[in-house]
Amino acid sequence: MPAILEVKGLKTQFLVRGGVVRAVDGIDLRVNRGETVGIVGESGSGKSMTALSILRLVPEPGKIVEGSITFDGRDVLAMNRDELRKFRGNDVSMIFQDPMSSLNPVLKVGYQIEEAMKSHDRFSAEESKSRVPMLLRRVRIPDADRRAKEFPHQFSGGMRQRAMIAMGLSNEPDVLIADEPTTALDVTVQAQILQQLRDLNRELGTAIVLITHNMAVVANICTWVVVMYAGRVVEQGPTAEIFRSPQHPYTWSLLRSIPRIDEKLGGKLLTISGLPPDLTNLPPGCKFHPRCRFTVDRCFTEEPDLFNVGPQHESRCWVQMDNVPDPDSDLREAPVVPLEEDAGALVIAGEESAAAV
Amino acid sequence: MQQQSEAAAAPSSAWAAGKGSALMSLRDVYKQFPSGRQTVRAVDGVSLDVLQGETLGLVGESGCGKSTLGRVVTQLQPATAGSIFFEGKDLAALHGEDLRQMRRRVQMIFQDPYGSLNPRMTVGNIIGEPLRNFGLAHGKERDRQVQEIMRVCGLNPNFNNRYPHEFSGGQRQRIGIARSLILRPNFIVADEPISALDVSIQAQIINLLEQLQDDFNLTYLFIAHDLSVVRHLSDRVAVMYLGVIVEVANSLELYDNPLHPYTTALLQSIPVPDPVIEKDRTPIILSGEIPSPINPPSACRFHTRCPIAQPICSEVRPELLDYGNGHLAACHFAGKLQGSLAEKVAEESVAEIRAAIVADEPGGVDGATPVTA
Ligand SMILES: Nc1ncnc2c1ncn2[C@@H]1O[C@H](COP(=O)(O)OP(=O)(O)OP(=O)(O)O)[C@@H](O)[C@H]1O
Ligand SMILES: Nc1ncnc2c1ncn2[C@@H]1O[C@H](COP(=O)(O)OP(=O)(O)OP(=O)(O)O)[C@@H](O)[C@H]1O
Ligand code: SF4
Ligand SMILES: [Mg+2]
Ligand SMILES: [Mg+2]
Repeated sequence: MPAILEVKGLKTQFLVRGGVVRAVDGIDLRVNRGETVGIVGESGSGKSMTALSILRLVPEPGKIVEGSITFDGRDVLAMNRDELRKFRGNDVSMIFQDPMSSLNPVLKVGYQIEEAMKSHDRFSAEESKSRVPMLLRRVRIPDADRRAKEFPHQFSGGMRQRAMIAMGLSNEPDVLIADEPTTALDVTVQAQILQQLRDLNRELGTAIVLITHNMAVVANICTWVVVMYAGRVVEQGPTAEIFRSPQHPYTWSLLRSIPRIDEKLGGKLLTISGLPPDLTNLPPGCKFHPRCRFTVDRCFTEEPDLFNVGPQHESRCWVQMDNVPDPDSDLREAPVVPLEEDAGALVIAGEESAAAV
Repeated sequence: MQQQSEAAAAPSSAWAAGKGSALMSLRDVYKQFPSGRQTVRAVDGVSLDVLQGETLGLVGESGCGKSTLGRVVTQLQPATAGSIFFEGKDLAALHGEDLRQMRRRVQMIFQDPYGSLNPRMTVGNIIGEPLRNFGLAHGKERDRQVQEIMRVCGLNPNFNNRYPHEFSGGQRQRIGIARSLILRPNFIVADEPISALDVSIQAQIINLLEQLQDDFNLTYLFIAHDLSVVRHLSDRVAVMYLGVIVEVANSLELYDNPLHPYTTALLQSIPVPDPVIEKDRTPIILSGEIPSPINPPSACRFHTRCPIAQPICSEVRPELLDYGNGHLAACHFAGKLQGSLAEKVAEESVAEIRAAIVADEPGGVDGATPVTA
């Protein structure tokens, strides 16, 4: 299947007092028509910046410094203002991490959705107006005609998020990027929103790129998973494969460090020692090596490529978890309370660059 | 409106230490806040026992009153009504030295590791401050105790002269934990101690809390909205909805056999990090949002969202009753939703078996007749 959206070698950086923040540091990404792709990784790994780069919405002083972004054969990085305006919304639209800051508090919700359509060319002014209640109904907001006339603060968190989805879908894009659409929501409301996204993907064939740090949410709706660490893809493949047989030590460790609601009780959780990396001062070799428990000599000096580790399955590591004999043995010996000897110094470096923003 | 369930009987006055007896008991505790001309009923009649040496998990959605209950238990806020017993003694009757001792032995770890540490104090002073407040140790002895507890909590003791902003989120949470442990408390209310942390760091804190419990014989009231974490850590779990406790059970029992429809829905809503399981799972999608604690629904607070609500649910408040082995639930139809789910699964498998038999029919066992419904 040809990819509708393809990102190659993307690098996005911020020049700050402390140096260069390598927020996105060489990402390759493919999204096929109608697919559901999950991007996971911890805070600061570059998930949001990847999405914002695709829409060319990187905030100052950030810059895309390298790479290509292609949508349906068109070069996104070469688009002029007008082409970009049409591209955002008509082709790819995005739901942002924080729904309250992306809805205008002084404008009625229905009006904002209408404007999102008017500012593009797909629907006439009249059509734009008449589509609003239908769109709100599609995201299961009851009493849509009345609700359209209300202001954002009259909506609950879950309803606001659904209004954002309605707006994101208003121009019938081929790809919807949802950045942590459920993080601020409670579990029962999260389940409603996820169900919603699944239905829309099935009913309209909209491809969905779901950004989250929650592995369980990915397992719930995505067919393809991309795991990010320090601005790069460290592992990707079909969801079932990644969860059944993670090959990168980071993915492997992450899956063992989260308690599961269906787990057998009594087990110890695996801890990933140390801290997320400082993006202005990345370690040499594999960027995960300071926290990795399966290192070989090469890890300290040479960064691995994304290697094929199975059909469609890639991992950026000199080691494959399949080849590690008894990986859990380490877990049993690990001290429960590791002393973080040098962690203080590490954080200071990171704080300085953050303070310069 | 006041209800008296079996669990709500006042604890016996002769309190005996030991595993299984209640270290902290709440009886019909209310906490209300004025909000303009209205009242927020944050905690609305809670009776609960926290047993010596256990971890009692407290879960529920945002705004249901978990933190408020935690603050009332630790006496950071006074209850509006009701009684709280610590080691069998009514806190309302404690004065002077007894009250001080109780305050020393009951500590809280706060929800926000970023906001709860004074940025202008060194970490050593932050951790040692309770010792000073209680006049328990001075000078070198205080430093020694601070460094010791830092080591126990996985912090480098040589960093005691640094400031909080020099530490990561996970380390700041350790600082908060060290501070709450320095007085050697027996009972700790941990209010969402890991929610603000990165996934890869959360496990460090969970394991640390478990280790400290073993080393210091601590009793925890562990507050969180993440039921997976709570289940991992807790011996028993209490489920809260809009200011009231709707179910209490042993962790395993709660997961295998939830009695309250809200617990069932909550459990069903939690995604599992396993796509094979997720594929076959059909969560019960609760309609609507959580109502406001200013004007909570009448009688059973859950009736506006409950998939099996009947007229009685909006008329009579269900009591928290014991359904055996200390499994408490407040529902007129306890176990019915879970039961009907199990039945549905059973029905489906009967249908499957039937289909299989019919498909086999032509080449089936001689003389066997297909089952007809
Ligand atoms: N304006 C800025 N100046 C400097 N660095 C920035 C700026 N905005 C973002 N960054 C850095 O870029 C990196 C990637 O950020 P991004 O928002 O993509 O992370 P994320 O994976 O979405 O994290 P989260 O899960 O917390 O949303 C982070 O390390 C962040 O500190
Ligand atoms: N000081 C206060 N004044 C007024 N209302 C308050 C006050 N403290 C809490 N509330 C209200 O009481 C209710 C319960 O709040 P609480 O913080 O206990 O909830 P919670 O269960 O801890 O939620 P979360 O999971 O979001 O932390 C909420 O509606 C809250 O707005
Ligand atoms: S009492 Fe009624 S409304 Fe409340 S949970 Fe039980 S069945 Fe549902
Ligand atoms: Mg983000
Ligand atoms: Mg709280």
